[in-house]
Amino acid sequence: MAAPLTLLLLVAVTLRAALFRAGLTDLISGRVEVVSPLTAWKRVVEGLALLDLGVSPYSGDVFHETPLIIYLFHFLVDYAEITFILADVITAVALYLAVKDYNKQVFRKQRYALEADRYPLDCLEIIRSPKEMYYIPLKVAMFYLLNPFTILSCVAMSTCGLNNAVIALFILSTIKGNVLLSAIFLSLATYQSIYPLTLCAPALLYLMQRQYIPVNFRRAGFWWFIAQYAFMYLGSLFVIVGLSFFLLGSWDYLPSVYGFILSVPDLTPNIGLFWYFFAEMFEHFRLFFLCVFQINIFFYTIPLSIKLKEHPVFLIFMQLAVISIFKSYPTVGDIALYMAFLPVWSHLHRFLRNIFLVSCVLLACSALFPVLWHLWIYAGSANSNFYYAITLLFNVAQILLISDYFYAFLRREHHLTYGLYLKRKDGSEATLVLK
Amino acid sequence: MAAHRCVSSALLVFVCVLSVFTVARSQETTPPGGHGAPATDGPQTVTETTGQTAGQPAAEERRWEATEVKEATPDESAAEEQEAPAADTAAPSAGPRPKDDFQEELVIRPLHSGDIYASFQFRTLWETDFTRENKVSHYRLFPKSLGQVISKFSVRELHISFTQGYWRTMQWGQPYQPSPPGAELWVWFQDSVTDVDETWKELTNVLSGIFCASLNFIDSTNTVQPSASFKPLGIVNVTDHRFLRYATLPREIVCTENLTPWKKLLPCGSKAGLAVLMKSEKLFHSSFHSQAVHIRPVSPTSWELRQTLNVVFDLHTSGQGKREWSLFKMFSRTLTEACPLASSSKIYVDVTDNPQGEQFELSPATPLLSQEVVLGDRRTFSVYDLTQQITFGTVRSLNLLIRWKSSEGDMLRPLLHGERYVAGYGLQTGEIHTLMYNYHPYRSFPVLLLDSVPWYLRLYIHTLTVTSKGKDNKPSYIHYQPSKDRLRPHLLEMLVQLPPNSVTEVTVQFERALLKWTEYTPDPNHGFYVGSSVISSLVPSIVAMDTNITQERPLFSSFFPCKEESSYFVRVYTEPLLVNLPTPDFSMPYNVICLTCTVVAVGYGSLYNLLTRSFQIEEPSPGLAKRLANIIRRMRGVPPL
Repeated sequence: MAAPLTLLLLVAVTLRAALFRAGLTDLISGRVEVVSPLTAWKRVVEGLALLDLGVSPYSGDVFHETPLIIYLFHFLVDYAEITFILADVITAVALYLAVKDYNKQVFRKQRYALEADRYPLDCLEIIRSPKEMYYIPLKVAMFYLLNPFTILSCVAMSTCGLNNAVIALFILSTIKGNVLLSAIFLSLATYQSIYPLTLCAPALLYLMQRQYIPVNFRRAGFWWFIAQYAFMYLGSLFVIVGLSFFLLGSWDYLPSVYGFILSVPDLTPNIGLFWYFFAEMFEHFRLFFLCVFQINIFFYTIPLSIKLKEHPVFLIFMQLAVISIFKSYPTVGDIALYMAFLPVWSHLHRFLRNIFLVSCVLLACSALFPVLWHLWIYAGSANSNFYYAITLLFNVAQILLISDYFYAFLRREHHLTYGLYLKRKDGSEATLVLK
Repeated sequence: MAAHRCVSSALLVFVCVLSVFTVARSQETTPPGGHGAPATDGPQTVTETTGQTAGQPAAEERRWEATEVKEATPDESAAEEQEAPAADTAAPSAGPRPKDDFQEELVIRPLHSGDIYASFQFRTLWETDFTRENKVSHYRLFPKSLGQVISKFSVRELHISFTQGYWRTMQWGQPYQPSPPGAELWVWFQDSVTDVDETWKELTNVLSGIFCASLNFIDSTNTVQPSASFKPLGIVNVTDHRFLRYATLPREIVCTENLTPWKKLLPCGSKAGLAVLMKSEKLFHSSFHSQAVHIRPVSPTSWELRQTLNVVFDLHTSGQGKREWSLFKMFSRTLTEACPLASSSKIYVDVTDNPQGEQFELSPATPLLSQEVVLGDRRTFSVYDLTQQITFGTVRSLNLLIRWKSSEGDMLRPLLHGERYVAGYGLQTGEIHTLMYNYHPYRSFPVLLLDSVPWYLRLYIHTLTVTSKGKDNKPSYIHYQPSKDRLRPHLLEMLVQLPPNSVTEVTVQFERALLKWTEYTPDPNHGFYVGSSVISSLVPSIVAMDTNITQERPLFSSFFPCKEESSYFVRVYTEPLLVNLPTPDFSMPYNVICLTCTVVAVGYGSLYNLLTRSFQIEEPSPGLAKRLANIIRRMRGVPPL
């Protein structure tokens, strides 16, 4: 299994190195779909230049990365390309290992259930076999490394790749059951961009499941574990924030990074929903809708955790997707991260309803983004509405994609309990509906 | 008798009060040495004036102030007229001088392009102290509106200019007072001001009212604090740039409504003196029009107000091809008298290029000639002194006339010149190019470049390149303040050494921001203006500086204080830029709000649906008749079918 992975990594690294050498960085790093004001490499360089001039990088409104990133690149600026390739490799390997471990557990659990005769008899065809699960980790790594979105993001040197690496390491340490590392990587991810905070719910659920702590509000063990995790998480967050303060000597970065993420002052077009909405917003409703849109991202955590408390890894996938659709400055790199998980749910394909339509829309939109951007910005023959329409369609397609996967997941679970071929009372073949 | 006694006792009381007042005041302003010391810093004219006033006995000054101002006026002006010098440039007058003094002058320079450059300057000097506790309430020559502004806002120095058109340095040479297109305002505040930004905001609003201009559009998004480019021009006791504010409004359109309040600040208004020439229908029918007000302290107790107006007339096109101009042609008026309140009133005509009269003919001829070193060049001027009746001749009216004989001759190329443009295409990014030309054949000199760029053009300072003669030219000083969205602009100041006979190119890339739909101007596709860059420099002089500094010099040659004898101060403004930004569709805020909310609702709705519902087997719904029957059966209490 190691040989195909090595081959894949070699191919991916060669591909990226070739694109870097081809000098495509300048071309791609100008694309608004690939870089956002938060993650643009040009802005990191600007921050370094400001630091060299003796001006605080946060005194202006160009640099919005965290202090740790700027100090990382203070030393690594000459090796930036290698750093970004390395970040992608780390993400892929971490996802590979995580999914491998997860699959093992899934299989074990399934075996116990089979031994306990918990599945209905006609469900054998949706029971997963080790043969089909064998290549899933490799497919995950391949989906991440060879996804054009990831490649573009890496060649544009978008710092989104680093955030993805941190999140992937968080997923790996969670699935391996390392509580401390999970809390540390989660706090790092939160520090980079606030939204991964919602991933603490699946992490807690998974770790408790692994340590056989029942999710019961009346049990002391449950609260004790949450307190432990919260302590580790807050402690490492405190250390990171304090470290940033000591590196810079001021708290300027807090409003400049987190205020910027939350209040969305930069309306540069991107693939998200925020930019045009707030460019066209009536001034007195701005704050209201800002709150609604930001709460929307965090809101799904609680109901999803309740519904999916037995399946925390699927919950992680859902959360990542929700974040990348509804976050304030999304880029294609965010989408690539949750898309890497799609092979993990390959057993759901027979229950997906409109995957063909959705993938067509996603492909068409990806092709239309640069076309309509060119028509608006360079040719002047279209206006902003054209580009906006494509972002809307792209987001609708993503929403349909994840709700379809959610539907398929729930439906499979239902079949595993009630049997695959359900019959009506009168014996005819039944159709399942949501009620 | 009773009435007499009453009057005499009142007189007694008045004298007592007066003496007490005088004593108190003379104690207050005892150190007279303060007059002389800082005057060396100021321009030469200042030295002369302050020297004269300082020499007078203090008591005489006090008495003068206490007496009625109105009565003194006609006598003083009459005395001034009598005292006016006969042949030479003004000799210092010996008699008692008023505490305020007004001078007016007009410089006419025929330009090589066939245009005419007319530069008016009016100077009011007043020995008073706006900063002291009790308010100044007696105003004679100094405009009260400005005096109140100075004392209310603790202004140390104020410079404001309104300009329509762009000064073409390469065709016209250097102007006497440079100014950027649009409005420019820079103010030094006293160091006693605690909240400079608030004071600045109030001041701009007040000035907006005084000059009927849109100065109220000056806010934090177009105000900067240059660290080196704008030094005080008056006596210096504060150079901390926290007290300096600089703003330009490149879009400001200057017209009659700005000229009228400006003319009202003159002691004679537009009724007499040189100001009668300022007819707006003529002044604004010109290639370039710039009016300015400069207020500065020239000694600890005296203030100078300079009002300048510069016009370039394109007489070549309006004169049907004939190269000939006269005062009447330019201004549709002739001069008949000087302003009675002015201590000096002169017209200078630049005849440097015409020593033997081979290029043009100037009539009426004048015997008075004056040589001045102005902008590093020794110029010869024919002088017309309007305070003398002989100037107006027998027709009692002066109509200067120049008739060209040949159109040859070339202009001395200005040594320093600046240009600017935006490169790139599309509405995403761009690059600002600033070109600075040093035409000096063998000397290099440093220049200070100041750029203030609005926040919606996000500059990337790491893309800044400075090249001259194909080589990288690293600035020795860079002061960069990045912008804050919707709060403050970018400020870039740098000191660059310009090699001799070279072009230095400064480029910096920027990104165009998409604004909120309410932040666009009513004509968003016209573009957004970026104010001129300011290039300030001490340029090596072509002519060695005149060593005889005691000689009185005309006002226009003494505006910027010159410390280094071999070089002179020049400020060059580049063109303002017009930059297009991407625009949203202004017609559909409702649609966008509805559509985006729909997409969010689709996301919310589909997840809500899956979260709250559960899978159930679909039972075929019974027919309508059966359902109706079941309802009836339920009402009857019978089990349903």
